[in-house]
Amino acid sequence: VPAVIPPTVDRGNDWFWEGVADRKLLLQRCAGCGLLRRHGSPMCGSCHSVQSDTQESTGRGTIHSWIVSKHPTEPDADDRIVVLVELEEGIRLVSNLVGADPVEVTNEAPVELCFETYGDVTLPQFRLVR
Amino acid sequence: MTTAIVGIGQTEFSKDSGRSELQLAAEAVVAALTDAGMKPSDVDGMVTFSQDTNDELAVARSVGVPELRWTARTSGGGGGASATVQLAAAAVEAGMADAVVIYRAFNERSGRRFGQPLPTAPPSMSWTLPYGLDTPAKMYSLWFQRYMHRYGVTNEDLGRYTVVARKHAATNPAAWFYERPITLEDHQASRWIVEPILRKLDCCQESDGGVAVIVTSMERARHLRQEPVRVAAASQSHLVDGDIMFNYHHADIADFPEARSLGEQLWKAAGITPGDIDVAMIYENFSPVVLLQLEAFGFCGPGEAKDFIADGHIEVGGSLPVNTHGGLLGEAYIHGVNNILEGVRQIRGTAVNQVAGAEHVLVAAGRSAAVLAHA
Repeated sequence: VPAVIPPTVDRGNDWFWEGVADRKLLLQRCAGCGLLRRHGSPMCGSCHSVQSDTQESTGRGTIHSWIVSKHPTEPDADDRIVVLVELEEGIRLVSNLVGADPVEVTNEAPVELCFETYGDVTLPQFRLVR
Repeated sequence: MTTAIVGIGQTEFSKDSGRSELQLAAEAVVAALTDAGMKPSDVDGMVTFSQDTNDELAVARSVGVPELRWTARTSGGGGGASATVQLAAAAVEAGMADAVVIYRAFNERSGRRFGQPLPTAPPSMSWTLPYGLDTPAKMYSLWFQRYMHRYGVTNEDLGRYTVVARKHAATNPAAWFYERPITLEDHQASRWIVEPILRKLDCCQESDGGVAVIVTSMERARHLRQEPVRVAAASQSHLVDGDIMFNYHHADIADFPEARSLGEQLWKAAGITPGDIDVAMIYENFSPVVLLQLEAFGFCGPGEAKDFIADGHIEVGGSLPVNTHGGLLGEAYIHGVNNILEGVRQIRGTAVNQVAGAEHVLVAAGRSAAVLAHA
């Protein structure tokens, strides 16, 4: 099992982790102009709206880049494949690829969303579309 | 610009300095003052950047600077290293300070170690850290991988940079890796830090040490001890959707658009082209940033840096010697500011690996850069 550092939930990212609790991958959408905001942002850099709602991602995307993460101080912790996923909505996010060996990973490989729970922490994760 | 670097100073670079970071900073500042032939009372400005533990007033008190009229810190971690020159020169040029000391001092190895895994995820890092991006090596590697994939760059290609850095360090008595060159086989035998991107020998050192640089007006510089080194241009670039230095969200992440912008700004401000640069100091917390910057600054085309390095261009004697002191991998990791000192030595003609007739030196730190030149 990998050693997972839990997220810190605050007023800027609570919407995302509430979505994860419901097993949904939510994207923040500007209520003023409809632009998707990457990461959490309290204001739209385009229209300055401070209002936002969410859009559920289809969970489909491709691997834009990837690495193998070894835990630097806990040698017994499992390696994790960290991926930068390009979602089909055009947003990139950092996650993990599960159920795959590093030799199977290629850039542009199609992936799909799943959820995994590690101890007390549930994370949105991705699997190769086989 | 009408400002000049008139003094440089440094402590020894080690893994255990045996003294406080503040003492290292103070010693480096005094060494720079001595080099310039200036007194503490000549200084009225101080500049460093984010993550410095040494308070400006504590450094001033230790050194005996009676009053500071200008302090400033740049953002962006090591990417701000060369921005210190811009902030110091801007203050002098605007008449808001007469002489500004840039300082940087750390016990990165014997004190709080740099680059260690973060134990908790603050909200701003909760988008990445729970997935295992817990060290700078991993954060940067997720960026590098796209570049390496796009252009077919291998870890062995990265090793050819490290071999050059260690070759330059091997003849620099101030370098931690003095007289310790490596071969490509040594590089390939070093352990993986982030597979399949970085091996141990692709990573900068953890160093103890301090450095300082003094900037004043060109007019005053002409009456001081050293040949003035002109600040021909200095700027920063922080593009929306970038991160500290890496980027995951720009349209093309196999590029380094901040460095590309810096090059365009600097060549225009200094009235030169990339071909006029005789020596380049290029910030490298990890070896791939050298390749990305060589391309972004226009010294070679996209994807060509691996061949540019393999063909010997970046060695002393090549068309563009890079990191002639050994860089942050070979000399020491004083967060990039030691690169400014080597740039000054190249213009003065006093570097241990001197490039004959060096007239323009680029000191690049990814998100900030300066061009140094003869007066």
